[in-house]
Amino acid sequence: MTDATFNSNVAAVGRPVRRDIGIKRRYAAERRFRFYGVAAIAVGIFFLFALLFSVISNGYTAFWQTTIELPVKLDEKLIDPSNQRATNPNVLLTANYPLLVRNALAEKLGVSTTDRPAMRDLSKFVSDGVRNQLREMVVANPSLIGTTQTIPVLAGADIDSAFKGQINLDVDEANRKVSNRQVAWMKELADEGVMRQKFNTGLFTYGASSRPETAGLGVALVGSLYMMLIVLVLSLPIGVAASIYLEEYAKKSRLTDIIEVNINNLAAVPSIVFGLLGLAVFINLVGLPRSASLVGGLVLTLMTLPTVIIATRAALRAVPPSIRSAALGIGASKTQMVFHHVLPLAAPGILTGTIIGLAQALGETAPLLLIGMVAFVVGYPTTPMDPATALPVQIYMWANEAERAFVERTSGAIIVLLLFLAVMNIAAIILRRRFERRW
Amino acid sequence: MSVLLVLLIVFGIGIVGFFIGRQRASARETGEVKVHSRAYYHGWWVFLVSVLPAVLFIVLWSAGSSIYLERSAQASLPAQTAESAVASRGLALSMVRGIATGLDRLDAQELQNLPQSYADLRSLLGSKGVALASEGQDYMVPIAERWHSQAATARTIGAGLAIALAVAGVIFGLSGIHPRARARNNVERIVLWGLLAASTIAILTTVGIIFSMLFQTINFFSVVSPWNFFFGTVWDPRFADAGSGGSQGQFGLIPLLAGTLYIAFVAMLFAVPVGLFAAIYMAEYATPKVRATVKPLLEILAGIPTIVYGFFALVTVGPFLRDLSAAISGGGGFIMAQSVLTAGLVMGIMLIPFVSSLSDDIITAVPRAMRDGSLGLGATRSETIKRVILPAALPGIVGALLLTASRAIGETMIVVLAAGVAARLTVNPFEAMTTITVKIVNQLTGDLEFNSPQTLVAFALGITLFFLTLAMNIFALYIVRKYREQYE
Repeated sequence: MTDATFNSNVAAVGRPVRRDIGIKRRYAAERRFRFYGVAAIAVGIFFLFALLFSVISNGYTAFWQTTIELPVKLDEKLIDPSNQRATNPNVLLTANYPLLVRNALAEKLGVSTTDRPAMRDLSKFVSDGVRNQLREMVVANPSLIGTTQTIPVLAGADIDSAFKGQINLDVDEANRKVSNRQVAWMKELADEGVMRQKFNTGLFTYGASSRPETAGLGVALVGSLYMMLIVLVLSLPIGVAASIYLEEYAKKSRLTDIIEVNINNLAAVPSIVFGLLGLAVFINLVGLPRSASLVGGLVLTLMTLPTVIIATRAALRAVPPSIRSAALGIGASKTQMVFHHVLPLAAPGILTGTIIGLAQALGETAPLLLIGMVAFVVGYPTTPMDPATALPVQIYMWANEAERAFVERTSGAIIVLLLFLAVMNIAAIILRRRFERRW
Repeated sequence: MSVLLVLLIVFGIGIVGFFIGRQRASARETGEVKVHSRAYYHGWWVFLVSVLPAVLFIVLWSAGSSIYLERSAQASLPAQTAESAVASRGLALSMVRGIATGLDRLDAQELQNLPQSYADLRSLLGSKGVALASEGQDYMVPIAERWHSQAATARTIGAGLAIALAVAGVIFGLSGIHPRARARNNVERIVLWGLLAASTIAILTTVGIIFSMLFQTINFFSVVSPWNFFFGTVWDPRFADAGSGGSQGQFGLIPLLAGTLYIAFVAMLFAVPVGLFAAIYMAEYATPKVRATVKPLLEILAGIPTIVYGFFALVTVGPFLRDLSAAISGGGGFIMAQSVLTAGLVMGIMLIPFVSSLSDDIITAVPRAMRDGSLGLGATRSETIKRVILPAALPGIVGALLLTASRAIGETMIVVLAAGVAARLTVNPFEAMTTITVKIVNQLTGDLEFNSPQTLVAFALGITLFFLTLAMNIFALYIVRKYREQYE
């Protein structure tokens, strides 16, 4: 707007009359300044997209997993050679199941079982997770022994990467993780349609594992869910109660001043300090177990409270005084006025603030490291007192693993986390757009 | 009976009390006397009067009984502990506690004929999924057994008393129901107390933070002198051996503090110009449409969890800078993958939205009249911004930058993944340095023995960090508030 007037003035005055010699220089400075602003915004947005691109390009393949449909002969001679499974059930637990799969694969590909180097390559071809997979199958149903079953087995981590085209096959064979022979097998199985990529449900169901192909987010998702429930159940009522007191009841006094300053400061305290608090108070003093999602939930609650309180107070303040006067005028008590009239009108704002607080808590990692959530947990936690991990902590643990396949898993987990956060934030925005009333 | 079950029973009694109370009160509403409170207030009053004392009692009882049990077990520990294999009384006590907790998993039959040797008991509990330390002694078994049985007795007595209290509360509440009873005022008074209690949790949290860290820090300073901590230039904590006291390590804060401030400085060096110029453009130049798209986009950066930034630094930025430096020097790269530059740059990206949105608010708060005055005198927009708006907004912007810097100092996950763990003093930004937060995480992850200086130093570091950021925050909030008042 101002630009336009400037330009027209310049045009009207005309070139010869202009006395200000420096105007060109000043306009150049103006353009430069403006350019800096655009450049700064461009830099910010560039990094946003660079970050998202880096995560997504590394991680989208994690949602697919290479599996091989293999007819496996559950050979009684190999599982239970002396036929003692009726008396000694341990036989079924300790049998060499990977050997069965290796033999089945050798038969499929026409490899002689006496060719040792080829068998070594074969054993890396499938994931070691077949041991558990077959053991569970056989223990659950011992009558399968002796039959041939078509079983989808997971490919090994390196084969999985190679199948997805992430390993450069032009590199000299000695310097890459898959041999030429394995590549040839891969082609053969793929042409037959036996080996293909399936949606990776394991990523969402498996627990911790040192092998990337059987490592999953299951335990972390359950742990995060428990923590979010605890944070919601505790921080919403406490936060709302505290805000109601400060906004509606408290007279300006020294105590309320201290509480005010305190809440603002707590919102800016480094998150790791809350971890130290949790370690010293909840674990050391109260004696709650380490690695439990209960402790994580409590620590995150204390962190989320300031966010909820600040948002709730803003929402309460936005309710016009006329509502309060009207309620009091027809004989409501102060508590009735607050709980029957002000609070329902402020509810959308409160919920929006709470969702944003929950989203922050979901992504928080540092305090959870200190209360022992960095744990190798294989089985699902059944109660919040059991050891668990959390989504961001699982990302941290995977990020420390060296293997290429873990980079893929980590990025996949980050995509899952970001999706959750996006859904929560979008829900908050919709809630605000839909229900917020402007008075 | 577990505490949870007792709580459920108490709540059940309270809920029953609520319905009976409401029903009775509405039965008394005959219309002869004007009732003071609606029937459900009477119900609530009965509920509160039965549940609140019982819950309070449960909390006090379980805290008190566990302290008592621990004291009595400690008193019965034999004196020869000092010479035996287990180093400290504290360790012995925690092992006894471990056994006593483990006994919960056994059934009555197994408790009857409990093995009296520690090794047998350990294998028995091991089969139930309770892992015990290997160096336990036989004398611990009877103490643990008594602890266990006393705890069971205490729980039963406590449960009985709590339930009796709840029932008595219901009876008391019901006896007070009559049409003129001021049930609403009573309930509202309790609600008000509840609200007040909720708002003091913020204070309790701060007090908890300060005291929990202070106690551990004092413990730490009884082993390592504060002088060596605050002015030591070598960080080499070694490892904590059980019982060795672990006092041979060196705990110098200086290299960590230097690393923290250096990385924060690099981050600010990147974030301040970018964030400030972005804020100026959005506040002064951008059309509402551009602003409506750009501002949320930049704010996405603030919503991304820091662990994601850490991973981005680890797998993308770090290797990129290393390869870039290798390409420039035409050989070995001079930038390490984990370096001050990597951590600072990525932290800077994270801070851009903080700087820009805080400064944006402050710039838009500068009164319109000042802009118009300057523009009316013939200044260009950039001259107006540089000579009028920025000087007017300066205190606020300084406050905003201080808040941002305090966030940079307290940031953990980016530096854990991108800055490295080597504590050294260097001025070369291409090398790895470490920070206070990284060392807190390092000292406290994995198995830890709580009373070693290797663990306690984390609390000393934490309290240093806390007061450092607290001072910056208070100063920043003071500046921002003072500035805001100027134009209101």
